[in-house]
Order: sequence, then structure tokens, then C-alpha cells
Amino acid sequence: MSTEIAHETAHDEHHDHGPAKGLMRWVTTTNHKDIGTLYLWLSFIMLLYGGSMAMIIRLELFQPGLQWVEPHFFNQMTTMHGLVMVFGAIMPAFVGLANWLIPMMIGAPDMALPRMNNWSFWILPFAFGMLACTTFMEGGAPAFGWTFYAPLSTTFAPASTDFFIFAVHLMGISSVMGSINIIATILNMRAPGMTLMKMPLFVWTWLITAYLLIAVMPVLAGAVTMMLTDRHFGTSFFDAAGGGDPVMFQHIFWFFGHPEVYIMILPAFGVISAIIPTFARKPLFGYSSMVYASASIAILSFMVWAHHMFTTGMPVAGELYFMYATILISVPTGVKVFNWVTTMWKGSMTFETPMLFALGFIVMFTIGGFSGLMLGVAPVDTQYHDTYFVVAHFHYVLVTGALYSIIAAFYYWVPKWTGHMYDERLGKIHFWWSTIAVNVLFFPQHFVGLAGMPRRIPDYALQFAEFNQISSIGGFAFGLAQVFFLYIVIKTIRGGEKATDRVWEGATGLEFEQLPSPPPYHSFNEPPPVK
Amino acid sequence: MKQQTSPLKLALIPVLMFGFGFALVPLYDVFCDITGLNGKTGRIEASEIDAGLVDDSRIITVRFLAQTNTGLPWSFEPLVEKMEVHPGQVYEAVYRVRSTSSQATKGQAVPSVSPGLAAEHFNKTECFCFVQQELGPLEVRDMPMRFVIGPNISDKIDQVTLSYTFFSLDRG
Repeated sequence: MSTEIAHETAHDEHHDHGPAKGLMRWVTTTNHKDIGTLYLWLSFIMLLYGGSMAMIIRLELFQPGLQWVEPHFFNQMTTMHGLVMVFGAIMPAFVGLANWLIPMMIGAPDMALPRMNNWSFWILPFAFGMLACTTFMEGGAPAFGWTFYAPLSTTFAPASTDFFIFAVHLMGISSVMGSINIIATILNMRAPGMTLMKMPLFVWTWLITAYLLIAVMPVLAGAVTMMLTDRHFGTSFFDAAGGGDPVMFQHIFWFFGHPEVYIMILPAFGVISAIIPTFARKPLFGYSSMVYASASIAILSFMVWAHHMFTTGMPVAGELYFMYATILISVPTGVKVFNWVTTMWKGSMTFETPMLFALGFIVMFTIGGFSGLMLGVAPVDTQYHDTYFVVAHFHYVLVTGALYSIIAAFYYWVPKWTGHMYDERLGKIHFWWSTIAVNVLFFPQHFVGLAGMPRRIPDYALQFAEFNQISSIGGFAFGLAQVFFLYIVIKTIRGGEKATDRVWEGATGLEFEQLPSPPPYHSFNEPPPVK
Repeated sequence: MKQQTSPLKLALIPVLMFGFGFALVPLYDVFCDITGLNGKTGRIEASEIDAGLVDDSRIITVRFLAQTNTGLPWSFEPLVEKMEVHPGQVYEAVYRVRSTSSQATKGQAVPSVSPGLAAEHFNKTECFCFVQQELGPLEVRDMPMRFVIGPNISDKIDQVTLSYTFFSLDRG
């Protein structure tokens, strides 16, 4: 098999050239694999940057009272941590995976719009550079929380908020361009025979995610534009004195914000749906129900935004509607979890690192889903609202959910990308270290939240001290585990046992069946046969 | 030949959605207007009130709250704190505002009614909140507000709170 592929590659050599030499290669590249690598590295750097802010937060919360930082700086840390992790770590990582994998999975030579692809990426370092600079400006970085509610972000915001607004605009433009590119690639460039219902689920979930992105990122752009004109051009969108309404900000923000949380988890569902069948050595159970479940999650995500706003004084009828609609989402999500479990049922399972992270995802994402259900119940949300219970909830779905799926995807596809196997022993250490640490970190936050500790504060009542101490220790351990992950990544890129073309015994899909490891710089110049 | 999806057509979606984000602003107002959510009170002409619809059998307690937002050096209070009213009848409440500034200042009062579902039945024929108020240095002013509670208000409601907040209109 591999010699046959190698022969074909040699045959194509006269029009198959490698990457350009030197550093300019990365600036001018239009190759989907190069751009995927750039996205993944950017998101790793952002993970460490956002993570170091989380370390400052946990350091300050290690003990009650104020020890290390000023409250205003603490608020800047929580705000920037959230923004950097959501827009800088999770989202670009999934776009990086999409760039690397979608063309190889559907048998396309590259993305549909390679030049725009380059631009989509290269906007981001400037956007995040600008956002990071605000920390050193007069008045400090934005300190109003990642949800930037008005009037905190309009009337009472530091001058650096304008840089934040421009950075959000740039991120939005990048996401929209990247999404248009992904949709155009998936709809136009599939190899003959690759029908929509034969596409790997990662491609499906990304197609749906891309539609979500082009629908809601512009609404976010609209919200920050209104902030900008409220701040400088005399409008009163969110200012009650001029006939505006600060609660309307929350409606517009969460109209973006709720689909956004599915933007960060749908591609993760796709990753898990690729990994579980490989290591259970069984085809995915209920493929078409997975597709329909993803689509219904996406549609429902537009109709539930006000469950973030139960305490704004909504009438009971509104609370009831948003409560039922929210809880309805657990049906398609449950379909997915049960399908993964059923895929594993009576499979010949092995537990390599990607499988461990995928299993960790299923268990811990479901824990986050359950606490989400609790939060969705309007009468009890009044107690949980803006407490550490919310913090525990969204970190379970975003860290042990989205981030775990990204790490799983790295271990699963890195032998294909680089041609080197990662060190299985180190991978397993990384998994167990991270998983123990992350639970020590976030599980106690459920308890302090239920007991009434509010989020986004640098100091707390004495009775929360022990749980916060445990939480901080878990936090430091989890942070260190990701530095260890950086070591594994570099070690794997630089060398390691040669990976086979199939990589995993049970792996399926064009990238494993039709391409060598590593794949040539330009793959699928001729469309591959699709069974 | 496969049907091609044009990126330019796709680009229309974000453009439309950007517009939709701004369209949410008037939609929000219309929605609140129709449902009476958000505590926004209505305005009617005195001639629209049908004197025959006064419901003497019901008594609703109306409480008046008044506050000023940051940056406005005024003190602001109602002369009576609560009234017992019959639905359908017009009443007058008077608020007193006093400037503590040595300069002329300008403000706008914004009403809010609680419970929210009472708002669509709470109408005013005359109110200091209909226009901007400008006070000279240390000026004191008594401002009337004439209101009527619609007879169709839900009979589960026997208490209504009307809150006014004065916002500063002096920018910078």
C-alpha cells in the first residue's frame, strides 16, 4: 500500500513542489497544511498566555484577602483570560484542525480560497497583539468580564476598550472569512463519490459550525460597533438616558453568545466521532442521527439565548419558554453521547492516548452538561447565577470538553501530519496528570458556587478558603501539565518512531487510507477513489 | 457538472446578519411595546380617557420611587410616596427636583414600572419625563405627572411601583 502511494507521488513530481524555503514561507503560504499548522501554533501560544493569566487568578484566590494583585488588575485577568481562551485558544485550534483535515478528508487538493485562507490567519496575530497590548495602557486592559456588558464596557470602561473593540472586529472578520472558505471547500470540492452523507462527521460538524459562525459573528461585530458609537459618537444604544437600554446589550450579546458555545463544541463532537470508532474497532453507531443531532443543536442554539439572563427580571412566561427550550437541547446532545457509548459497546477497545482523551471528554463533558441542565432550570438558576457553580460548569464543557477534544485530535492525527508517533508513555502521563489535576481544579468550584461564592472577585468569605486552596493546587498542576504537553508536541515534531500510513489499526477515512504519513505537501492533486 | 456554491453569495449572509444585529434594536423596542415588558410606560392624550370606565370597586396602591443617576447633582423626590387609586381615573403626582450645582444642568427622567406586566396599562397624559429638564443654579422645581391605570389591568395586580431615574444629559 505505502509503496504504491509513494510511487504515485514520485510520478507527479514535475508539478508537485515542496514548501518555499525560509521564514517567508509561513507568511506567504497558501497551503492548507501550513495554514493549519500556523493556526494550531497560534492557539497553543494563546493557551499558554491565557493559562498564565489563569495562574495569576488562582494564585490570588489561594488565600482569602488580597495578597498578590490589585482588584482592578484581577478583573483585567479574568476578562483577558476569558477572551483569549475563547477567541484565541479554542476557536483557532478548531480552524487549524479544519484546515489540516477537511481537504484530506474529502479528497480535495486544498481549501477553496487559499489566498483568503492566508489572510484569515494572518489577521489574528495582529488582533491578539493589539488585545495583549491593552494590559500596558493607561487605565489597564478591559476589566468588565469577557461578556463586556454595558454600561461597564461603555460608560465605565478604560480607554483601551477601543483597542478591544477593534480586535474583536478583526477576529470576527477572520472567523467569517475562514468559515466561508470552509463551506465553499466542503460544498464544492469533494472528490467524486463523496456524497454529503458519506462525509466524516468532523466535516459535517464543521460545515454546521461554519454556518453558525457566519450567522452570529456579524451580530457580535454589530454589538461592539454599537459600543463604539455609544462611547464616542453620541449614540445611546445601551444608555437609558438617551432612550437606550443596557439589558438590550445582553440580548444582543447572547444572541451571539449562545450559538458561540456550540461553535466551540460542535467540531469537538466531530473529533470524538472519529476517534471512538477507531479504537473501538467498530463503525460509528447512528451516523445519520449524529448529523441530524448536530443540525438540531445548531438550530436550537438560536432560540435559547435568554437563559443567560434569567435574573434580569424576565416575566414568568419568558423564563418558562427559555427553560424548556434550553432543556430540549439535551435531547440531541444525549443522542450523541449514547451513540458514542453504543459505538464502544462490545467493541475491541484499546486505550491509546487519543482514546483516553476522547473517553475523558465523554465523561467530563457530560458532567458539564448535567450542571448545564441545572443552570437551565429557571427557578434554581436564581441561586446559581454568577456564582462559581457557573464557572465550574463552563470550564467542564470548555476545558474537559473542547480542549480535551483538541488534545485528543492532536494525538490522533499528529502521526499522520508529521510521520512520527508521539511517545505513548508520555501521552498517557499527560492524560492522567491533566485529568486528575483538572478535576481537583474545577470540581470543588461546584461546592463553593452552591454555597454562594460569586465569580469574578479577588477576595472571598473565609469559609471558602479550603476549597479554593484545593482548586488552586489543581490549577497549578493542570497548568504545568500543559507545559509538559508543549514538550511532547516539540518532541513528536522533531522525531519519533515512524508512523505507518494507516497509523491506527482501526482508522478509516481518506487521510488514513489514501495518503502516506506524512502526506505530501500537495495531496490529492487527482481526486482519490471513494468507496 | 456539480452545482457550485459561490463564496460571494455566502458573503451575503454575514452582511445581512450584521444588519440584523442593528435591526434587533428597533425590534426590541417593538417587542417591549407590544408585550409591555421592560416596564416601559405609555403616553395617551387626555381626550382618549373615557370617564365612564372608572372602576370604583378596585383599589390599586401605586408607590413612587425617584433617584438620580451618577453625574447629575440633583436631589429628586416625590411629594407623596404612595397613592391608592381606582383604575380608569386620572390622578396627579408631583415630584420635586432641586439642583445642588452652581451651574445650569440638564437631565432626562426615564420611567420603569414594576411588575412589568402592569406597564402597558400604566399611561400618562402629562409627564416631566416627556421632555428634557433644564435647571438653573440651585433651582428648585415641582413637576407634575398625570397618570391613569387602564381598567383592563390584571386583577392579580394590586400594587404597582413607578420608578423614575434622572440621567445627566451634560456630556463630558
